[in-house]
Amino acid sequence: MGETAQPALRADGRAARRHGLGLRLWLSGGWIALLALAALAAPLLAPHDPLAQDLFAGRLPPFWVAGADPLYPLGTDSLGRDVLSRLLYAARIALTVALVAGALTCLIGAALGLVAGFYGGWVDLVISRLIDIWMSFPPVLFAILLIAVLGTGLSSIIIAIVVIDWTRFARVVRAEALTQARMDYVASAQIAGMPRRRVIWAEILPNVLPTIVALLTLEMGIAVIVEAILSFVNLSISTDDPTWGGMIAEGRISIHQAWWVLAFPLVALFLTVLAFSQLGEGLKDRFDPVLR
Amino acid sequence: MSGYLEIEGLSVAIPNGPRLLHEVSLNVAEGEVRGLVGESGAGKSMIGKAVLGILPRAVAQTGGSVRLGGQDLGALTPQGRRHLIGQTSALIPQDPLTALNPARRIGRQITDRLVDILGWTRREAEARARALLDEVRVPDPARVLRSYPHELSGGMRQRVLIAAAFAAEPKLIIADEPTTALDVTVQREILRLIREMQARHGTALLFVTHDLGVVSKVCQTLTVLYGGHVVEDSEVRRFFQGPQHRYAAALLAATPRYTDPDASLTPVPEGVIAATEAELAGRAG
Repeated sequence: MGETAQPALRADGRAARRHGLGLRLWLSGGWIALLALAALAAPLLAPHDPLAQDLFAGRLPPFWVAGADPLYPLGTDSLGRDVLSRLLYAARIALTVALVAGALTCLIGAALGLVAGFYGGWVDLVISRLIDIWMSFPPVLFAILLIAVLGTGLSSIIIAIVVIDWTRFARVVRAEALTQARMDYVASAQIAGMPRRRVIWAEILPNVLPTIVALLTLEMGIAVIVEAILSFVNLSISTDDPTWGGMIAEGRISIHQAWWVLAFPLVALFLTVLAFSQLGEGLKDRFDPVLR
Repeated sequence: MSGYLEIEGLSVAIPNGPRLLHEVSLNVAEGEVRGLVGESGAGKSMIGKAVLGILPRAVAQTGGSVRLGGQDLGALTPQGRRHLIGQTSALIPQDPLTALNPARRIGRQITDRLVDILGWTRREAEARARALLDEVRVPDPARVLRSYPHELSGGMRQRVLIAAAFAAEPKLIIADEPTTALDVTVQREILRLIREMQARHGTALLFVTHDLGVVSKVCQTLTVLYGGHVVEDSEVRRFFQGPQHRYAAALLAATPRYTDPDASLTPVPEGVIAATEAELAGRAG
């Protein structure tokens, strides 16, 4: 084995991997960017007020089906509300929940996981037992229970998701921090007299970051699903505001007469959750210094 | 004999469990290279960890003292101890694969302690890092400083680690089997490099290894460890002429020689181990 780096070989491998990664990142990131833009510009893009009812225009089909009204490109529900406008406004809520709940869950869970994994001892014992106990609750029931106590509303949903899902981060990050804490470079930093907080920040966190990023995007997808589930059982924010879960619940009733009311929010939900998980995988590889 | 590193009666044990080191004493004088030899599990690395204050959580020092430059580590506050160790000592670790942080550039890993602990400016630290990489004969230091560890070969990483260990001009370096993970040709260059750096900087070096051949090339004195006990403490030249202790003699006899490559490998005889165990049990009791 020669004592030089092998730039030629490395460059080839990297190029090949970049190419393979590209499509996945582009598609998933593209869909989320598109959705975010649409959600931000919902008041400009939406052809109708998402709450405006028009009982004479109930259950109009989407534009490519005979009998459609060009004013309602994706049709209307049984109360004559525009499906496209409702989808756009619902995306705002879905993305807000994904962003805020995802970020808070990540922050709390990752911090506790890092501390538990690095310090060990009784700190680890307390946090790990807490995670064990926490994870033994069935999550959806836990969420419903929490909403029942907190009352409905956007912030209640976010709190419920954070309270339930921080364990997902804490458990995985703890395990990685535990491995990192045994590495020789951590020992060297400690010999040099680095304060522990700085060892966590400078030596351990950069190595755990790819995992945290992957978990974060996964969590965003999960937050979207949880919000939809809670909306579906009518425990989300007020019934006035359109949500994908609420639309699915309403569409379920009229599925035989107006399949589109159910289908469009379902597809939006599916694509968004898929995009979040694919984005996470792609970013994880991109962030990994060894694969990079 | 006094030394820069003075270990006196050091005992380390798992609380309510077995003792890992039994009243180990050894000295390393300024500028001296001492080999620390023993089979795996004899407690070689444990001594280094005890000195540097990085004993595993499950293990505790139960007796004895460690002095660095005359200062008793046990008499200092934990913070004072960390400070003293950080100012005076460094480690060359065994496995260059896990000794560099894969997520950070080489440059920052060398300059960190200079900037954060010793208060150098970043520019001074970077100039120092470049000079050190030159000194350990790393080609194109500027590029290496910007690289990530996975972009370097094992031997190159070990050179970087040697440079990092010498960066703050420590008085004491503990090298924990620094060549075990390398192949033989690279091993020889790295050994020569460590020896050369040590001589130029006048550092006290505790060289942990299981390879008596390496000791004969690098060290002036050596300590032989068996089962957490010191069984021999001698000058290298005298040791290779004739070890005092029967276990040390058997260990020396078991070392393969280039002069007779066809000879089969000799293990340490069972009888010697049994006699040594009996003697040490008597000593401990």
